[in-house]
Order: sequence, then C-alpha cells, then structure tokens
Amino acid sequence: MTGLTFELLCMQLLTGIALGSIYALLALGLCLIFGMLNVVNFAHGAFFMVGAFLGVYFLGITGSFWFSLVLTPLLTGGIGLLTERFLVRPLYGRGLDYPLLLTFGLSYVLIEVMRVTFGIEGLPSVTPEGLGGTVNVGIGYFPKYRLFLIAATAVIILGVWFLIQKTRYGLIIKAGAADQEIVKVLGVDIAKVWLLVFGLGCAIAGLSGILASPTRSVNPEMGIPILAESFVVTVVGGMGSPVGAVVAGLLVGMVYSMTSLFFPDLAELSIFVLMAVVLLIRPQGLFGKAGAMG
Amino acid sequence: MKQKVTNQTRRKMLISGAAAASTPLWLNIANAQADTIKIGFPTPLTGPFSAEAQDQVKAAELAIKEFNDAGGFNGRKAELLVRDDKLNPGEAATRTLELIEKDKVNFVVGSLSAATQLSINAVCKERKVLFNSISQSDAINEAKDWSVYTFHEALNPTMTAGAVARYSIPRFGKKIVFLTADYAYGHEMVRAFERAGKEMGATTLADIRHPLGASDYSAFLPRIKALNPDILVLCNFGRDLVNAAKQCTDFGLKSSMKIVTPVLLYTSRLAGGPEAFEGIIGGTSYYWGLEDRIPTAKTFNDAFRKMYNGSVPSDYGALGYAGVKSVLAGVKIAKSTDTMKVVAAMENMKYDWYKGPEYYRKCDHQAVQTVIIVESKSKNMKDKYDVFNILTIEPTTEKNMRSCAELGHKA
Repeated sequence: MTGLTFELLCMQLLTGIALGSIYALLALGLCLIFGMLNVVNFAHGAFFMVGAFLGVYFLGITGSFWFSLVLTPLLTGGIGLLTERFLVRPLYGRGLDYPLLLTFGLSYVLIEVMRVTFGIEGLPSVTPEGLGGTVNVGIGYFPKYRLFLIAATAVIILGVWFLIQKTRYGLIIKAGAADQEIVKVLGVDIAKVWLLVFGLGCAIAGLSGILASPTRSVNPEMGIPILAESFVVTVVGGMGSPVGAVVAGLLVGMVYSMTSLFFPDLAELSIFVLMAVVLLIRPQGLFGKAGAMG
Repeated sequence: MKQKVTNQTRRKMLISGAAAASTPLWLNIANAQADTIKIGFPTPLTGPFSAEAQDQVKAAELAIKEFNDAGGFNGRKAELLVRDDKLNPGEAATRTLELIEKDKVNFVVGSLSAATQLSINAVCKERKVLFNSISQSDAINEAKDWSVYTFHEALNPTMTAGAVARYSIPRFGKKIVFLTADYAYGHEMVRAFERAGKEMGATTLADIRHPLGASDYSAFLPRIKALNPDILVLCNFGRDLVNAAKQCTDFGLKSSMKIVTPVLLYTSRLAGGPEAFEGIIGGTSYYWGLEDRIPTAKTFNDAFRKMYNGSVPSDYGALGYAGVKSVLAGVKIAKSTDTMKVVAAMENMKYDWYKGPEYYRKCDHQAVQTVIIVESKSKNMKDKYDVFNILTIEPTTEKNMRSCAELGHKA
C-alpha cells in the first residue's frame, strides 16, 4: 500500500479505540449480568437501541445532551429492573437457555415497540453542541465527539471498577458471584443484589446507546448487529470477566480498524477470526476462568 | 366518514364480484367491458426502504385517481392492487405470480430494488404481462433479462452515475475514491461512474468496499483522508448512505475533498439531517423544486399536496406516479387493454407527466429522461421540504446511455 505513514497508523488505531469503546461498554454490561446471574442477556442490543432512541428523543425535547445523558440510563435501567423482577426471576434455576430465549423474545418486543412509537425510519441523530467538528490531535484531525466518547467510556469504566472493587456493594457482588449460598447465609438478600446488577447492566447498555447515537443513524434494528459483536467481545475477553470485556472491547475495535486499513473487504470477518484464534489458544477467553459457563 | 364510504364501495365491489363469479361464462364476457383495469403493484412496504415504498404507493394512487376522475377508459375505472414484496426477490416473484394468476391483473408496475425488479420481470416475461419497473437497474436493460413486455421508467446507474461524474469531475478534479456497498447496486454505480470518468481522464485511487448495512464507516476514513482524492463517491443507498455521509462529515473529510453520490435520495437526506449532507452533490430522477421551471412538475406537486395534506412527493414516489400514468395512457391510446397493443402504444408515446418530455427507447424500453443534479443545503431553507438546490439538469440524450448493440439488442 502506498502512502502508509506513521500518522495514518496512529489515526487508524485511535479510530479503533473509539470503535472499541462502544464494544467495551456493551460487553461490560453483558458480562456483569452473566458473571453474577448466569443470564445471557440477548436483549442487551435492544436496550442499547432503546437508549439511543430515548437519548435522541429527550435531547429533542429538552435541548440538553447532558440532561438526556443522565435520564436515559436511569430509564433503561428501570426497564431492566422490571425485566429482572417480573420476567427473568421466575426462570432462575431452570438452566441457561430459559432466560436466554426470554430475553431474545424481549428484544423483538422492544424493537417493535420502538417501530410503533417512533416509526420504522428511526430518528435523525445530532452531535451535541460544542462537540461537533474535528480537533488536531498532533497526528491529524480527529472528530471531537469521538474523543469525548473515549473519555466518557474511561470514566464509566472507572466508575464501575470503583463500585466493584472499593465499595461494600462491590464486595457483596463479588462474593455473590463466587458463592451465593454463603452470601445468603451471611444475611444478604441476594435477590435484591441480582435485581440491581441486572438494572445496572441495562443502564450501561442504554448509556452506550445514547453515547453511540451521534455517530450513526438511530433505527429500530441498530442493536442487532452490535449484539453479535458484543458477544464476540465477551467471548474473547472471557465470559463473566469485566476486565476481559474492557480489554477485549478495545482489542476488537483495533483489530477491526487495522484490518479495514489493509484489507477492507475482510474487516467484518476479522473479529470472528480473532475470536476463533483466541478460543483455540485459550478456550476460556483472555481473562476468563476455565469452566465459567458451568 | 371517508372510511365508511370506502367500506361501502368495497362491499359493493365484493357483492358485484360474487355476482360476477356466479353468473354463467358468456354473461361475464359481455360484462367484461365494465370491469376495472387492474394494476398489480409489488413493492417493499416493510424493511429498510419502506419510507420510499410508501411514497411510491401514495403517488401511484394519485395517478389512478386522475385516470378515474377523467372518466377512465370506456367507462372502465382503474384499480391499484398493492402487495408487500418485503425486499425479497422470492417473495416478489410469488406476489407477482399471485397478482397475475389469482387477481388477474392487466399490468404490473412497481419494485424498489435491483434484485426484486429482476425477479418480478422474470415472472411477467414468462406470463407475457407488461411490467413497468420504477427502480434503478442496469441489468434490466440488457438483452438477457429484457423482454418486449419490460419497460423501465426509472433511471439506470449508467445514466445517473454518469451524469454525476460528468458534472463533478470537471469541477472538482480527476482523482477519485469510491466507498461502495458490496452488492449489485454499488458495483453497477462504480462501473457507470468510471465509464463516464474515463472519457475525462479520471483515475480511481481506490474502490473501498464495505458490507451492505454496515453502521460504522470510521475505520475506512483515515485511509480515504490519506489518499487525498479530489472526489469521494459514496456508492451506497438508504441507511448506509445516511451513516456514511454523517461519519465523513464528522471526520472532516469535506474540508479536503468533494463528496458526491450517484443517487442522492430525498428520504435519506430527511433522515440524515442537514449537517450530515451539507454540500453533498448527487443525482436524482426528480426533486419537487423542479416546479419553478417545469409546469408539469408544478401540476403534479399541487395534485399530490392536495391529496396528502400539503406534503411533497419524493423521487421514488414520483416514479410510482409516472409508472402507472404511462401504462394507463398506453391503454387510452391503444383503445384496448390488450398487452401487445398497449406495448406498441407506449413504444410510440412522447409524454410529459411530471419532469419534462420523455419517451421509451425502442430497443430496451428505457425511459429517456433528464438527470437532475442537486446539492444538499443546510442554510436558507424555506421549510422542511426545502433541502436541495438544483445545480443543473442534464438533458435527455441517448448518447449518455449504453447503446442498444452494447446491451445485446438487435438494432
């Protein structure tokens, strides 16, 4: 390839990190729910989509991106709480496939609800005030919004890390994931913890939806392809490992981006090749414990 | 109230239909003169092109209404039978076959994809039913797919991508990069743009292919920027075009290159918003703003506004209108609904329904028509429908089409 410069490679990496940020956020939510509840949430892409719709909708009404950035995850988190309490909870103890099928069905319901409410065409997305245009990052011009996206992702991930590692709730979550019987014996209402973790996962999905909305068109089907990619990320990172989700998310973004540079035709395929290679070398994923699916 | 009236007429039609079915055969033949002229209309009412498809139906209904209000043909009224082909070639073939076999339609008009129109065409060709296609394709003109029953009301990639190339290359430069949806539509557009570009000495720096329906194009953009072309051609459609235009804008590509697209859809522009499409140039078969200079466009827009609460027809919608209008005009000229007589009438027709004079080229029944080059604007918009500036109108000419011999037709 001609004209391959150091600047171009760096730009391509930065683009990959911005792409990977959304993957990392989505996979983080997925794996919190899986690690704790052993539920594979197939409606995660739909929560992402609902987040994008609500975000753009509130932005239109209030005119404030920041306001809708706060409100949207609260709402998708709320839908998540209701989903866990009334739909997922009755299925505990029945095996992995029951909640999987239920959330799969739920995703279609959510897609249809959005079609009915906002129309099949979706909503036009807008870049928030002050974050439009590009800025010189030393190696060339990069969209301001995507830099913001990387920063926002870092803040959210740090927040979740702090919650899990440094607070009492985090301790309970970790203990619950390790051995729920003991936690119950110690007098913790584990059902409440599950409820909150499911809600938190869905809130992060909604948050990634609104964060992604200024970069692409908002339509009812937008969650379907990204769900598949998020599962690739969680498998590469190791099912149930938050650190793995974040690292793998960024890795997948960069692999996709670098493949696009050299072999654009193979970009879509590259992340699945990555998954296959990781599974051959480390079946439990980069950061997963062996037998986590057990 | 309106609903009630339609229900009543529907009931009347059902009763008369039942009566017709139960009367002996010779009486049916005697009554045939009073039957409606049925036009089958398969189009993707659901799926990613649904907005355009619904507009096609609305405008086609207008053509039917105008025909009926003018008294029809020998007292026979026209009727539109709309079917959802779900943007699936198999579904489109099945629905078309049903329309022909079960509903006994006289003609078929419709389609909104290169793939479905070919499957509809194949069915009509075999059943010897006239089909007027209203969406873009180069393949349908070619001798192997074409039949004497095939008409093509829409533009084709050779005409539209060619016109965009002829407009943009002299103005913006000769170094071209394509960002192309990896399927028939994208490939046909690239081929047609390069064909026109070659005569002007344009060179292709890269043709970057992306999977159909991709949502993020950012990974392709640093390379496009580094290639530093004069013109970036977006050869994709619908949502893909919306996403690609938006992300190219975000990455600041517009500061160093001109972005053009062979088909700048009115509906995509509405979905993508003014900023994303600002300054993007493209071709189209119709834009309502033509009404300032073309009287028939004004008449058509006004009729559409009157029927649909002041809204304006889109490009593909207008094709639905013209597609039906042509067939019904053919019936009037032929004084018959006999397929071959209508074919002959349409072959000799010179018409101007909505965008200036047109005619069907004899060898492939391609509607010879203008290509309108428009630029998307974000300032000085009079209302929400006012989204494009008309830059130029490339006149009707066969020179810009592939020749009959090239398509495999005997001259």
